[in-house]
Amino acid sequence: MFKQNTLHYLSVAGFAWLVPLIKLASWESPREQLQEIVRLIGLPLIAILVFLAIWSTAASRIDTSLGTFPGPTAVVTAAQGLYQEHLAEREKAVAFYERQTKRNDAKLAKNPDAEVKIRDYTGKPTYFDQIFTSLITVFTGFLVASLIAVPIGIMCGLSPLLNTAITPIIQILKPVSPLAWLPLVTMVVSAVYVSDDPALSKSFINSAITVTLCCMWPTLINTAVGVANIDKDLINVGRVIQLGWFTRVHKIAIPAALPMIFTGLRISLGIGWMVLIAAEMLAQNPGLGKFVWDEFQNGSSESLARIMVAVITIGFVGFILDSFMHTLHKVIAHDEA
Amino acid sequence: MSTYLDISQISIEFPTKTGPFKALDKVDLKIDRGEFISLIGHSGCGKSTVLNIVAGLYEATEGAVILESKEVNAPGPDRAVVFQHHSLFPWLTVYQNVELAVKQVFKGKKSKAEMHQWVEHNLALVHMSHASHKLPAEISGGMKQRVGIARALAMEPKVLLMDEPFGALDALTRAHLQDALMEIQAELNNTVILITHDVDEAVLLSDRIVMMTNGPAARVGEILNIDLPRPRDRLALADNSDYNHYRAAVLTFLHQKQAKSDTPPSQAKPAIAPVADVKKAVGA
Repeated sequence: MFKQNTLHYLSVAGFAWLVPLIKLASWESPREQLQEIVRLIGLPLIAILVFLAIWSTAASRIDTSLGTFPGPTAVVTAAQGLYQEHLAEREKAVAFYERQTKRNDAKLAKNPDAEVKIRDYTGKPTYFDQIFTSLITVFTGFLVASLIAVPIGIMCGLSPLLNTAITPIIQILKPVSPLAWLPLVTMVVSAVYVSDDPALSKSFINSAITVTLCCMWPTLINTAVGVANIDKDLINVGRVIQLGWFTRVHKIAIPAALPMIFTGLRISLGIGWMVLIAAEMLAQNPGLGKFVWDEFQNGSSESLARIMVAVITIGFVGFILDSFMHTLHKVIAHDEA
Repeated sequence: MSTYLDISQISIEFPTKTGPFKALDKVDLKIDRGEFISLIGHSGCGKSTVLNIVAGLYEATEGAVILESKEVNAPGPDRAVVFQHHSLFPWLTVYQNVELAVKQVFKGKKSKAEMHQWVEHNLALVHMSHASHKLPAEISGGMKQRVGIARALAMEPKVLLMDEPFGALDALTRAHLQDALMEIQAELNNTVILITHDVDEAVLLSDRIVMMTNGPAARVGEILNIDLPRPRDRLALADNSDYNHYRAAVLTFLHQKQAKSDTPPSQAKPAIAPVADVKKAVGA
């Protein structure tokens, strides 16, 4: 029973490829499991190796003004370099706080009433800080987008008139590139968000709002379609038992539309992540986008390899975000997606 | 004493792009308390429309539905509906599906414990207690329909409306559910309107069969009293001459008097043949 549950949770979490390994470990029809392993793990592995080989040979033939295009080895080296920089920066930070505490303690020992200054360490963000910043930014933008898109989508789904009215607006705003929104967002934020001690940096707000503007549409459209296409009999059941309007929406409309809403959210988060990198480049929000831009401006012989590390990181994070949404969908919604 | 349920001269028109479409024309039907009525007719004749008007889901253009001397024109749990496609909420378990209706209908009238008992009681009535924690996707079509019936019964309706409840089921499952329905009917003696296109089902279950003419502007064509003693047993009835007589009467109405234009009367005749076949098969 425990094993069955584990296997079930693994497939829900998107780790179906681990299932045959576990079954093999418990010696459950090993022949079948080996075939499954070859299919689920072996084939993708071969594809990756072929890809690396092509990349490696192609890269060595491309000469740029910043040296040869980085192959897999150069990228691994660059990744290790970024990790070392991260460790070094953390050590510096620890050392800084130690010095500060020592200095303040000495001051207080001499004169208990002395004013001590506590400052934050202001070293440059490391690669891992930048990944973290990007994640926070994309989730902020995505969350705001969802909070706007889901209610509007539900209203559109419930009212065909409203839906007809605003569909053209949605269709026109949907394909707009983040690069077109960003200058407008920047100017509006600088004009509206004036504060002496801003809790959030403007570059963060600019990037997050741009993500919101670009990624709310799939959620909105999917929610509207999901709510509009609820089985009529289900609505009639609600009418027969005389549920109030509000109960009908939250007990019938929303649960029935959840699979579609989640499909929309998943597409939205994917778009949001793609948009974010572009937005961060221009808005100079200290995330992965800015990292790529800075490396490009820096133009050292290592820059291209470091940008490739960012490319792979962006891909991986995007993949993880998508699996995360997919898992959430399977756990919460009632369909077998 | 006035009629329990009076479907009084109802007509309905649906607006279409090419002008109004008259689906029903002065359908008139009086039903006594505890009576089991079947509405039978070709598909598209408007029998579901009659049911939907009684349920309050559609509003009649003319005429009225009067239940216990009060006009009804909005949906309500006193006229519970069993839909053709079970219509269980897929995200709720069997128990929760019935509970949702019970909580809504008996709000303030039953205590929590009473409601729990009432849900359990109705699930037991349709023999579904064993699956109360399952989701609709995890049970068979026949079981889903049983739960749909339990949900409707749990509303303690004055009239139970069934819209081809067994139409989507295979023949064996359908027979099981018909037997279950007769068993429940013997116990509760509900007033039931059943929509069906299955002649055997109509004769087996009903006190009266209401045959509808083909649409548009469908009317009540004939009404047939089924004077068979209850409890009825499908095997014993198969050889019963009254049963076969009723069956032939309905078939004659459907396939000769109201033959669809794509099956002219001359060709429709063989449709009566199965009666003889059944006799032979059972007699053999």
